[in-house]
Amino acid sequence: MIISIASGKGGTGKTSVAVNMALSIRNVQLLDCDVEEPNAHLFLHPKITQIEPVYVQVPFVNEKLCDHRGKCSSFCQYNAIFVSPEKVLIFPELCHNCGGCALICPKKAITEDKHKIGTLKIASAGDLKLVYGELEVGEPMAVPVIREVKRQIDRNRNIILDSPPGTSCPVIETVKGSDFCILVTEPTPFGLHDLKITVQVLEDMKMPFGIVINRADIGDKKVYEYCGEKDIPILLEIPFQRRIAELYSRGVPFSLEMPEWKEKFEALFNEVRKLVGK
Amino acid sequence: MKQLTVLSGKGGTGKTTITASFAILAKNAVVADCDVDAPDLHMLLHPRIIKTQKFKGSKLAVIGKTKCVECSLCREKCRFDAITEDFTVDPISCEGCGVCTIICPVNAIELTERISGYAYISKTKYGFMAHAMLSPSESNSGKLVTLVRQNAKILAEKENSHLIIIDGPPGIGCPVIASVTGVDAGLVVTEPTMSGIHDLERVLQLLKHFNVQPFVCVNMYDINVDNTEKIEGFCKENGIEIVGKVSFDSIVTEAMVNGKTIIEYSPRSAIAKEIEILWGKISTLMSLKQSLK
Repeated sequence: MIISIASGKGGTGKTSVAVNMALSIRNVQLLDCDVEEPNAHLFLHPKITQIEPVYVQVPFVNEKLCDHRGKCSSFCQYNAIFVSPEKVLIFPELCHNCGGCALICPKKAITEDKHKIGTLKIASAGDLKLVYGELEVGEPMAVPVIREVKRQIDRNRNIILDSPPGTSCPVIETVKGSDFCILVTEPTPFGLHDLKITVQVLEDMKMPFGIVINRADIGDKKVYEYCGEKDIPILLEIPFQRRIAELYSRGVPFSLEMPEWKEKFEALFNEVRKLVGK
Repeated sequence: MKQLTVLSGKGGTGKTTITASFAILAKNAVVADCDVDAPDLHMLLHPRIIKTQKFKGSKLAVIGKTKCVECSLCREKCRFDAITEDFTVDPISCEGCGVCTIICPVNAIELTERISGYAYISKTKYGFMAHAMLSPSESNSGKLVTLVRQNAKILAEKENSHLIIIDGPPGIGCPVIASVTGVDAGLVVTEPTMSGIHDLERVLQLLKHFNVQPFVCVNMYDINVDNTEKIEGFCKENGIEIVGKVSFDSIVTEAMVNGKTIIEYSPRSAIAKEIEILWGKISTLMSLKQSLK
C-alpha cells in the first residue's frame, strides 16, 4: 500500500505524521519527497548506504551543424534556447527536459547532455528504510528529483510518501500513484483555506483521502464543519501540547517518548488500510 | 524603490503573519503575495479586487480523436507520461511542451491555451496589493510569481511607493527563486527546531546564490531557547544579521481567526512590540527612511 502525506499549507505537521506513523508500523519504506527542504532524516538519524547524483537531460548544440535558423528556439515552450545568427544560448534552469528541440532540429545539431540537479540518498534506521532527495540550491525544478526518489519504491514494503507543501506540480508528482492520501491540517483560517485547495487537487486526481488535524485544540471549528459538510473522514486528532512541540523542536519523534501515540499511529495506518481495502 | 522578500524554507514558520504586520507598519508599501499555490495573506489584509487578469501558464495538448490512428508514438516520446492508454491527454501530467504535436504522423495533436490561474490587483486599507491564485493542479507557479511581481512593480511606480514587500512561498524551488531574484533583501523567518535550522541553512545558501542580502528572524524563539542560541551562533559565524526574535503567543492564532493582523488585533501586546522592533530594524538596515524623503 502506498500512502502519501500532503497538506497545502506548510508547517502543519506532514513530516511529523509521516515519521511517527513509519515508526509505529513494520516493514516501512519512507520516501521524503520534499526535495527542496527534506526533513524526515533529521528525526531518524539514518545510516546512509547509497548516494547517487540526479541528472536531467538538457540540450547540447553542436555549433558546426547548427544553421542558426532557430527552429528549436521557436518550438521551446519554456524559452530555454536562444538562437542568434552567431550564437546559441541554452538556459538549463528553464529547460523542462522534454527532448523536443533535439527532435525538431533539421540538422541533427542537438544532442542531450547530463545536468546535475540533485542528489538521491538511500538510508536505513533499524528496520525502517528511508529514501530522500536533495535539490541543488539554485536549481528550480524539483519534479525530476521527486521522480528519482519515487523510482526507489519497493512494492514489498508499506510505502509512506512525505510530500512538499503547496498544491502545484511537486505535490502532484508526489501524490500520483498513491492508494490513499492523508492531508494534515490545522484548524485555523490559513489551514482551512489551503486544505480546500488541496482537496480540490485530490478530487481532480480521483485520489481517496482523509484528514489528520494537528494542534486540534487551537483556532476555530471551521475545519471540522467543512469536513462534516464534505463527508471527509477525520482519521486522527493531535492536540497542541508543549511537550510535543518541544520534542519536535529537538528532532525527536514524539511517539518514541510518548508510547500511547504509537498505538494511535498504528490505528491510523490500519484505518487507512481499511478504507483502501488492502 | 526597494524590494524585500519574506521567506522561510520550511513552511508554517510565520511568513504571512509577519508580512501582514509589516504591510501596516511600512505605510504606503505595495504588498505582493507570491505564495501563489497556497496564498493566505488576503485573509488578513482583505483586499478589494480592482482588476483581474487571466494567467496563461503552460499549454495543453489535445488529441483529435477523428484523426488519431493510435500509433502510440506520442505515448513513447512523452517524457511526462501524460498520454493515457486510450490516447487522451492527462491535463495534470501534461506540461505543454509540444513534443507529441511534432511526433504525430497524422497531425492529430494540437497545443491549446489553458487558463492556469488569475492574477489580481487590489486595494487594502493600507495600500495596494498584487496577488494571484494558481488553479489547483496547475504547474508554472514561477511564471505566475513573475507576473505578480511585475504587477507590484507597476503599482509601486504609479503610487510612488518606496517599497514592495513580497510574501514568498516555502521551499527553495522555482516559485521561491522567482520571488527572490533581483530583490534588495530577503528576510528568512525561521523557528528554533531542527527542521527550521536545516531549512534556514538551505534558504540562506539560496539567497547567497542569487546575491540577495539576508536577514534572519527567529519566530517562536522561546519554544526552544537552546536551538535559538544555535541559530544566533550560526548567523554570527556567517556574518548574517539577526534582525529580531518573536515569541510564541496564542494571540497569533486568535488574530488569524479574527481575520486581523497582530498589529490591529492586539497593538499593545508584547508580540506586537517585538514585530515593531523587528520592522524598525529592517527599515533602518534597508535605509527605507532615507528613501522616503
